[in-house]
Amino acid sequence: MADVTLRKVVKRYDEVEAVRGIDLDIADHEFVVLVGPSGCGKSTTLRMIAGLEDISDGDIMIGGDVINDVPPKDRDIAMVFQNYALYPHMTVAENMSFGLRLKRYPKAEIKSRVDEAARMLDIVELVDRKPKQLSGGQRQRVAMGRAIVRNPKVFLFDEPLSNLDAKLRVQMRIEIKKVHQKVRTTTVYVTHDQVEAMTLADRVVVMNHGRIEQIGTPNELYHKPATKFVASFIGSPAMNFIPCRIEEIAGKLHVRLTDRIVFPLPPARAARYQNVPRSDKLLLGLRPEHITEAKQHSEPGVETFDTVLDVTEPMGMETLIYFTMEGTQVCGRVNPNAGAQDGGPLRLAVDLNNMHLLNEVTGVVL
Amino acid sequence: MSTVTIDKAAPTRKVKYGSMSRDRAWALKWSYFFLTIFAMFSLLPPLYMLITSLKSSAEISAATNPWWVYNPTLANYFEILTSNQFLRFFWNSAMVSIFVVTITMLISVPAAFALARMRFWGSATLATGVFLTYLIPETLLFLPLFKMFAAFGEFTGIQLINKWYVLLLIYPTLTVPFCTWIMIGYFASIPKELDEAAVIDGASWFQTLTRIFIPVAFPGIIAATIFAFTVSWAQFLYPLVFTTSTDQLVLPVGIITTLIKGDVFAWGQIMTGALLGAAPPLIIYAFLMDYYIAGLTAGATKG
Repeated sequence: MADVTLRKVVKRYDEVEAVRGIDLDIADHEFVVLVGPSGCGKSTTLRMIAGLEDISDGDIMIGGDVINDVPPKDRDIAMVFQNYALYPHMTVAENMSFGLRLKRYPKAEIKSRVDEAARMLDIVELVDRKPKQLSGGQRQRVAMGRAIVRNPKVFLFDEPLSNLDAKLRVQMRIEIKKVHQKVRTTTVYVTHDQVEAMTLADRVVVMNHGRIEQIGTPNELYHKPATKFVASFIGSPAMNFIPCRIEEIAGKLHVRLTDRIVFPLPPARAARYQNVPRSDKLLLGLRPEHITEAKQHSEPGVETFDTVLDVTEPMGMETLIYFTMEGTQVCGRVNPNAGAQDGGPLRLAVDLNNMHLLNEVTGVVL
Repeated sequence: MSTVTIDKAAPTRKVKYGSMSRDRAWALKWSYFFLTIFAMFSLLPPLYMLITSLKSSAEISAATNPWWVYNPTLANYFEILTSNQFLRFFWNSAMVSIFVVTITMLISVPAAFALARMRFWGSATLATGVFLTYLIPETLLFLPLFKMFAAFGEFTGIQLINKWYVLLLIYPTLTVPFCTWIMIGYFASIPKELDEAAVIDGASWFQTLTRIFIPVAFPGIIAATIFAFTVSWAQFLYPLVFTTSTDQLVLPVGIITTLIKGDVFAWGQIMTGALLGAAPPLIIYAFLMDYYIAGLTAGATKG
């Protein structure tokens, strides 16, 4: 077990910079998820930690030792691949024990480790089968077993659930979390699925264009995103961004969305946005759950307005509604009994206590 | 509640059932027709060889039905199989083929692995180059090669010409490029993650090759082996040029040079020798056919 540290890590392919200076401290026992759209450099970063890619610049440390030029086999890491990468000619047990056999561990030790991992992953009855006789989920378990038996300092997961169907993915997600709770090995996990990132991680690292956009716990990222990219990437349906301006009306700060719709800011928000230049082009960031049907009694910071819906999507426990505001499509979540209908009018409430204000040009959350 | 509506006014045009199987039947008939023609085309010569090998010289030259044996005799077989000369040819061929196959596989498997997997400067160009060398015909090469070995003999005093083992140096120029090319294709079809997993598991390049790549690519290796064996067993031009003494000859050349005396063709023995010579590749094919086909069609479909 060990901590992992990345210092100004850069990866260049000829002209292209895939990773542009990453600083990251991963504590011992921590489960960190790198998440971002494809091409954001998350897999490259993981492969540099694994030693499968050279590091163009900067340092990577595992347990305090710089491992830039240490070959993968001496880094004491284990990796789980997206397509499982099981050795097709070996049985499950042989697959899991391959690394130990190469290191000439005693036979009894190998057997007990394989047995233990097989029990942990519930694949005891599969140990004599070949990979082609296994289902996708079972293969992924074997791939994890192969990592566990090595008892490495760090686990690396490269989109391990992408090849599974949706239902199995949820199941394996829980499985991975359980395994981590048992073995407590420092884990770096790469995915493009923000739900996977949120559910698994102690801390999530959101990456974009080879840089880290934000590092934080799942709740921090959701409730306090630092940039427009993070705000839009985390959460589904995504956060709404409505063009707006800050105005002072009768000595109080207001946010103006359209000619007709102007909301007074709640006192806490007003204090925070006091110094925002009035002429700046801004975006009002609102998560769909903060746009709901208007209630009978008013609450502080909750403002109401009337609109005509474009489309509704009944989800069962809630109904997603879509309407247009100044040319921008906005999504809200209302009670299924709120009477939302395709093309119908609805009185909506926005919870400005949970609003975000972003600079439209820089994308920074103010 | 769901309701099933039956459209009473639906058109009542009769559907032609069985048209699929009728098409299939025709396709089958045509395939059998052509298969029969091809089978006759390729199997009649060996049959004719078999018939001729069972005849005496007198019967062969007699004006009787060439497709019928009136007085079957095993004299040709007896003569060939008891002739030390013929057994020598057989032995030479076997030695040459076995050594060439071994040398070829020892060179082309590691070479293919290096070219397919160890990305180094110029590896892609080199891989293409390997294939291009295979395209140069032996008819173009045998004279320069002969001159080279003659010069080598002059300078070093080591005479390689007219020794059967000179063929061990020459045949690989035919087999290594092609086998390397087959194996490059085969290794390239193995997912990259497999060697990455092996590397992380602690395997060296050599262990990755021997413990992962060779077992996984085994059908491909069988295919390459069969190819190398067939080429060296059936090679005619090079041994004809490089070996002349009867004790150094391989089977195909031996049969021609010893059984054709001037303008006298010992047809019975030639046919017998050729049939016996064709047996080993046939036996190997029969045993390894499944692997061979799997090797040739690898990567065509998943799983």
